Amino acid sequence: MIQYTLRRLGLMVVTLFGVSVAIFLLLRIVPGNIADILFDSAGLIDPAEKQQIIKDLGLDLPLVTQYTHWIVGLAHGDLGYSYVSEKPVLDEILPRIPITARLAGLALLFAICTGVPFGVISAVRQNTWLDYMLRLMSLAALSMPSFWLGLLVLMAFVNWLGLLPIYDKAPATWGAALLMYGVPAATVGLRSSALIMRLTRSSMLEVLRQDYVRTARSKGLSEPAVTFTHALRNAVLPVITVIGIETAFLFGGLIVTETVFNIPGVARFLVEAIRWRDYPMVQNLVMFIAIIVVTVNLIVDLAYMFVDPRIRLRT
Amino acid sequence: MAPVLEVSGLSTVFHTRAGIVRAVQDVSFSVEAGETLAIVGESGCGKTMTALSLMRLIPSPPGEITAGSVKVAGTDLLKLDEPGMRKMRGSQIAMIFQEPMTALNPLLTVGRQIAEMVSLHENVSRRAANARAVEMLHHVRIPAPERRAREYPHQMSGGMRQRAMIAMALACRPKVLIADEPTTALDVTIQAQVLDLIGDLRKELGTAVVLITHDLGVVAETADRMIVMYAGRKVEEGTTKDLFADPSHPYLQGLLASIPKFGAGEGTRLREIPGIVPALNNLPKGCAFAPRCSAAVAKCQEAIPPLETKRPGHAAACWVT
Ligand SMILES: Nc1ncnc2c1ncn2[C@@H]1O[C@H](COP(=O)(O)OP(=O)(O)OP(=O)(O)O)[C@@H](O)[C@H]1O
Ligand SMILES: [Mg+2]
Repeated sequence: MIQYTLRRLGLMVVTLFGVSVAIFLLLRIVPGNIADILFDSAGLIDPAEKQQIIKDLGLDLPLVTQYTHWIVGLAHGDLGYSYVSEKPVLDEILPRIPITARLAGLALLFAICTGVPFGVISAVRQNTWLDYMLRLMSLAALSMPSFWLGLLVLMAFVNWLGLLPIYDKAPATWGAALLMYGVPAATVGLRSSALIMRLTRSSMLEVLRQDYVRTARSKGLSEPAVTFTHALRNAVLPVITVIGIETAFLFGGLIVTETVFNIPGVARFLVEAIRWRDYPMVQNLVMFIAIIVVTVNLIVDLAYMFVDPRIRLRT
Repeated sequence: MAPVLEVSGLSTVFHTRAGIVRAVQDVSFSVEAGETLAIVGESGCGKTMTALSLMRLIPSPPGEITAGSVKVAGTDLLKLDEPGMRKMRGSQIAMIFQEPMTALNPLLTVGRQIAEMVSLHENVSRRAANARAVEMLHHVRIPAPERRAREYPHQMSGGMRQRAMIAMALACRPKVLIADEPTTALDVTIQAQVLDLIGDLRKELGTAVVLITHDLGVVAETADRMIVMYAGRKVEEGTTKDLFADPSHPYLQGLLASIPKFGAGEGTRLREIPGIVPALNNLPKGCAFAPRCSAAVAKCQEAIPPLETKRPGHAAACWVT
């Protein structure tokens, strides 16, 4: 178990290294840098001035040197300065992290708390109208792009409730805070919820056919006891794995949702930074997101081991 | 002595797209306390469905028990409501299954699965239930039962898991134990051990055992009486000794002739029964075995033969013999 965890930690480092190289190169492959954009937008055309900016920011150095500077800085906790605001990257990111973290956490919670129970209901009531309806709804949720869904939700709120779940730095009441975070979180988590529901359903149907479920019934257990103590435990195993993968997708959805709902989190900020070719900002934000995703996946794998003795006792 | 298990006129069907599959038709038998009754027959003849019907565990839909009664110590299980039936399962009538590898829940310890059975039917503390689990594992001769109780099924061998299944099935001292091919998936030496174990526990606890198998060797060694099933029907019944010595139904005669005999000499071919079992959704009008029977006469195609007493304690359903 300890050996497994160490091996996984090693793998994490390798993955993060790969991510850092990839984002570093991708940013430089994309045409234009901060100097180009400043000049285009401001309409300046003095080439000497432009060269000076490039030199000041170290963008004329060889790529390897630039990369080393970044990573060495990162290792020392120095994330550099934003090209745009010229403030330390850390100061820019830190206040936004809790906002996105709350959104992502709520979205995941929403996805699990709706996806798993609905999946179980759908499986237990297989081929009834309830099952058909849940399946239809999940299919709809899966095929709806989150920007569109976000707009629909906003419109629905304005139209029917006459209010807008606007972001407020210090929400007055708990209810207001829940509305403010809950609505966007549900919007972004809906896709994962639908995926988890479908997976839970098929996994549950598979498990309900197993011999040990028949054994459980032959003991005289009630249907709920059979479903929850015996079947569901086995059925959630594949679902746990998917939760890790969904975390990564969640950030993609958050970029859109934070934009639509006008929430000042890191995801929307990332898009902004990319537009300005704000290299230190983008690189460090992507690393931050990568660390979260990789950590969640590690936790998920450890949770899997915890639930499944066949894996726990082998490693 | 009055029989603990009395099955009469049991019929079970499956409603499928290909029509009604008559898996069990008008099957009757009874078993006394401490007695072993074997149910034999080819694959697909309805042995498992008979057993599951007794437990009322036929998947429904598509399955349905259409007629008959299943009395355990006088109580007709088919007349009980579902909560009433749940109280009977495990406490009065228990079952062990063919596949020890998959019949136990992989995520729960063996001890917990046995204890679950105990706390379900008896008003005991968790501690007492766990203690009973260990005691039962000891009872089925699993070494180091305290340690084994804390293990998961995948940490045990097939034979050990089947013992654990037996321990679980007998934990509440049911009056009837149904064993559906309990040894088919095990290798030969383990088979003998498990069968001996079932036999010993039966004597010790006075359990009535219904042993389902297609292995006639197992029947000869362990069963007091046997019934032979063919295409969902009981075609012959009697004491094991009697049926082996002098089978009445051509089907059982064929089955017995297809067993390799020691010392039969080289070159003697095993006799097999020609043809295949008819589909249960499209049974012939007469005797289901007639198309494969060398002794069949015209009447066999016309009407289903009734079960007749051929000798005291020996009945068969055949027009010819
Ligand atoms: N869900 C089902 N739908 C339709 N028919 C079924 C279903 N389950 C079982 N049957 C039918 O019931 C018949 C009896 O099956 P059963 O499992 O009782 O046979 P068996 O005697 O136990 O065979 P084996 O020795 O292979 O275990 C089979 O021929 C099969 O066609
Ligand atoms: Mg069977």
